[in-house]
Amino acid sequence: MTSHSPGSPHITIRGLTKAFAGVPLYDGFNLDFARGRITSIFGPNGCGKSTLINMIAGLMPMDGGQVLFDGKTLRETVIGYVFQNYRDALFPWKRAIDNIAYPLVRAGMDRAAIDARVDELVTSFDIGFDLKRYPYELSGGQQQLVSIMRALAPRPEVLFLDEPFSALDYEMTLSMRDKLQEVFHATGVTMILVSHDLEEAVYLADHVLMLTRRPTRIAEVIDFGAPRPRTSATLSEPGFVRAKAHALDVFQREVRRAP
Amino acid sequence: MHHRLDALLPLAGAILFVVLWWLLALSGVIDPVLMPAPQDAAVALWKGFADGTLTHDFWQTVWRTVLSFVIATAIGVPLGIALGSSSRVYAAVEFVIDFFRSTPASALFPMFLVIFGVGEKTKIAVAAFGAALVILFNVAYGVMNAKKTRQAAAHVMGAGRLRIMVDVTLWESLPQTFVGMRSGISLALVIVIVAEMFIGSTDGLGQRVINAQMVFDMPLMYAAIFAAGALGYGLNLLFLVIERRFVHWGGK
Ligand SMILES: Nc1ncnc2c1ncn2[C@@H]1O[C@H](COP(=O)(O)OP(=O)(O)O)[C@@H](O)[C@H]1O
Ligand SMILES: [Mg+2]
Repeated sequence: MTSHSPGSPHITIRGLTKAFAGVPLYDGFNLDFARGRITSIFGPNGCGKSTLINMIAGLMPMDGGQVLFDGKTLRETVIGYVFQNYRDALFPWKRAIDNIAYPLVRAGMDRAAIDARVDELVTSFDIGFDLKRYPYELSGGQQQLVSIMRALAPRPEVLFLDEPFSALDYEMTLSMRDKLQEVFHATGVTMILVSHDLEEAVYLADHVLMLTRRPTRIAEVIDFGAPRPRTSATLSEPGFVRAKAHALDVFQREVRRAP
Repeated sequence: MHHRLDALLPLAGAILFVVLWWLLALSGVIDPVLMPAPQDAAVALWKGFADGTLTHDFWQTVWRTVLSFVIATAIGVPLGIALGSSSRVYAAVEFVIDFFRSTPASALFPMFLVIFGVGEKTKIAVAAFGAALVILFNVAYGVMNAKKTRQAAAHVMGAGRLRIMVDVTLWESLPQTFVGMRSGISLALVIVIVAEMFIGSTDGLGQRVINAQMVFDMPLMYAAIFAAGALGYGLNLLFLVIERRFVHWGGK
């Protein structure tokens, strides 16, 4: 019971090793991700943020080490993944609604159950566009929303998001952040969010994982405990300003550090 | 007002072409035996289709082209998929395929004649061979260049290798497959027409063109050429229409 309480370790990474062309990226890397929390990953460009979550999500092989979800392997775990480039991640030959249903079809659910689950998602997301459309007929924000719904459809234990809003304009980004918070509030799903925007990384997170330049280590994990839902007012609260300033310090220290 | 007329612009080019032809024939600069007036060719075309001679030739050519194309597709698509899904196999055979694809199919007629004899089989075989290589190459290319992100997305959602192939990669390759099929059927038509001209044929548009030329029936020759052109144009258009319906997401 206690081991499944929010905040307890959900994903455990032990001895993770990865090199590209003989140059080490991760070397004996250990890390826990907290259950039912949003952990954002922030670090210098090319430090291995995408590589890290891709290895955890099984999209890229590890050279060594072990990743467990509650002690289970990836094969035994349902995960969701939201890609930065929604245009290349959705299936343009399927309508938006069939994109969302795809993981449910793969999971072997019957038609009635799939329809019920999709209806449920549509209701909770309160979307204002027609899901019978094809992805290329939707705006960027709408497409990324469909991606998020698709990732959440099979009720994943963990949701990975790799710079999910960086291809959207600022206005859309703001509303998508709030959408993501709503989703988090409604599902309590463990979220791992890679962001290249420090404000976003702190604003959305319970924990900000600050990474160093490669070979990559953890520079610091910064906790940010402001109550949810966070709003634009949060951005000017002392707690947020302090956390963000501290994160920036850590970042700059790491960037300046001689390799 | 302007926009409504714009739709008629392609027609203007066609009319201009016929008028120029007509003026050229009228001027008598070129021997009227060699260059009949457009109306004479039109009459020959009409008559040829009315009495059934051109109709028969037309359908023979269509039949040979379509048969070659079907065989080419049946061979080219599965092989293209197999090739495209293994970069090592592809690397091994790319040169050979590219070489034969670049070899003029007409240069292969003697070889195929030896194997298949003087008859239908050789025409179909050469046309199918040429078209199959074009299709194969395009399918393989489409499969190889399938978006890695989409395959990754399917993988995360629990799809295995075969599933990813069926649910993602094949769809991804569809636009390029259609390009291959369109080029393939055009090439098949070219090869069939040439084969009908020179490889012991008694019918087909190619045979009609060369026959009319030999007996100096120039209106009929132009009529047969026009029929062949219309066929090529029509096939291309047909494939474009099918492609637009099937691959509605292409280029978006
Ligand atoms: N497939 C690959 N082959 C070789 N090097 C790679 C590959 N993928 C990533 N890298 C390298 O690994 C490092 C980390 O990449 P990535 O995880 O994409 O960084 P981030 O997401 O933090 O910007 C970069 O230096 C990148 O060049
Ligand atoms: Mg990245």
